[in-house]
Amino acid sequence: MTLQHGAIDCDIHPTVPSVRDLLPHLEPYWREHILRRGLERDNFDISAYPSGSPLTSRPDWRGAGGLAATNLASIQAQLLDPFRPSAAICNVLHGAQMMMSEDLSLALCRGINNWLIAEFLDRDPRLRASITVPIHSAELAAEEVERLAGDQRFVQVLLLAMAEVPLGRRQMWPLYRVAEKYGLPIGIHAGSSFRHPPSAGGWGSLYLEDYVSFAQGFAGALNSLLAEGVFQKFPDLKVVLIESGVTWMPASMWRIDKTWRGVRSEVPWLAQLPTEIIRDRVRMTLQPFDAPPDVAAVTRVLEQLGSDDMLLFSTDYPHWQFDGMDALPDGLPPALIQKILFDNPRATYPRLAALHPVGETTS
Amino acid sequence: MAKHVVARASEIPPGHRKIVSVRGREIGIFNLGGEFFALFNRCPHQGAALCTGEIVSRLESTIPGDYRLSRPGEMLRCPWHCWEFDIRTGQSWCEPNSVHARTFPVTTEPLAAETVDVTIAERYVVVIL
Repeated sequence: MTLQHGAIDCDIHPTVPSVRDLLPHLEPYWREHILRRGLERDNFDISAYPSGSPLTSRPDWRGAGGLAATNLASIQAQLLDPFRPSAAICNVLHGAQMMMSEDLSLALCRGINNWLIAEFLDRDPRLRASITVPIHSAELAAEEVERLAGDQRFVQVLLLAMAEVPLGRRQMWPLYRVAEKYGLPIGIHAGSSFRHPPSAGGWGSLYLEDYVSFAQGFAGALNSLLAEGVFQKFPDLKVVLIESGVTWMPASMWRIDKTWRGVRSEVPWLAQLPTEIIRDRVRMTLQPFDAPPDVAAVTRVLEQLGSDDMLLFSTDYPHWQFDGMDALPDGLPPALIQKILFDNPRATYPRLAALHPVGETTS
Repeated sequence: MAKHVVARASEIPPGHRKIVSVRGREIGIFNLGGEFFALFNRCPHQGAALCTGEIVSRLESTIPGDYRLSRPGEMLRCPWHCWEFDIRTGQSWCEPNSVHARTFPVTTEPLAAETVDVTIAERYVVVIL
């Protein structure tokens, strides 16, 4: 299904072409550190799937060097001009977030944020971004959020679903405190630091199990945030699950409600059904929707989610989730589409609340 | 509604319970600090013998790290799925608006129990059913 102009695209992926491109955006110390170690020769891809696999980019969006979305001109020509979103949120996926050295991790994340400002945000007013932070140091992540929070074009903080510790743990709280203070949702993108098993059962052998297990990773992250009481500790914090797929959520909601009824005294701060907290505080980006192209099935999933407020429009550009202009999965009711495209993103991101939809329709 | 004498009050000291049978129904009689309450011995969730469950307190918190124990000994935890119920009202902790354990009015009354050659006056527990 094609979409109205003026939508808010909550997940697009500019690609860092190489660490060399980050060098001008690094502090001098870290520029020299990287050059002395020869780190500029590796781009620190985070490979949730093989880097050349079709999912990484629509073939018509892939650039000459094989990478997509490495520069503003491509993003304008392929996404911003044809789809005409009123805003699009850039989420950069890069190994910078999970370097073993927390200081190097921060330095590279800073470089990426500076690169985003210089190459994208300063050059197209439709672009917004998530703050890229070192995921294994809440203190350093909070420092980077403090550095950039004054720039209203940064609308979110970016984490990955699977890190060295579950995301609800108290050592993460300094980051959540500062995110809440500045009205920045915590965006949790599909991904891992890839030095711990991608499933609770250990290391798999094959790509299939690895990729499908990502939904478990999201469920684990969400269960941790709920059980540890993050939503009670930070009552204004919102969480956006990005590129998580949607259809795993209803079963997970049912399971946590059911189990909570029996063991709620273990988590006494969870004084209401976990699902009510999820519906109130957790949002999910639309692509990949992971539902069959069947109106009846989509209707059932939406009924089971039980809220019209949870879904946020995304193209997941340049990842290959749809062809042509068919950015919306089939089977979504029209009133819900309006909410997904405009209202829900504006309600989720305080810094986008003032955006106005264009209200134009593509033919 | 008829009154049924089910126990001597002294048989159920504070903090204790007794499961009695009234017209074929099992009913748990609980003594909370001298006040008596009666609950149907059947969990509204899936039918377990609710009144045989552990007598517990309310464990509460507003934020992580803040722990409060309130109303000691006034909750009943179902032996099957650990759903908690308020002994005073039958109200479920986890589904307070939709799930209730059935309660019955209960009083203590002085009764004269007749025997052949002697009368002993004592308080008895009476369920109204």
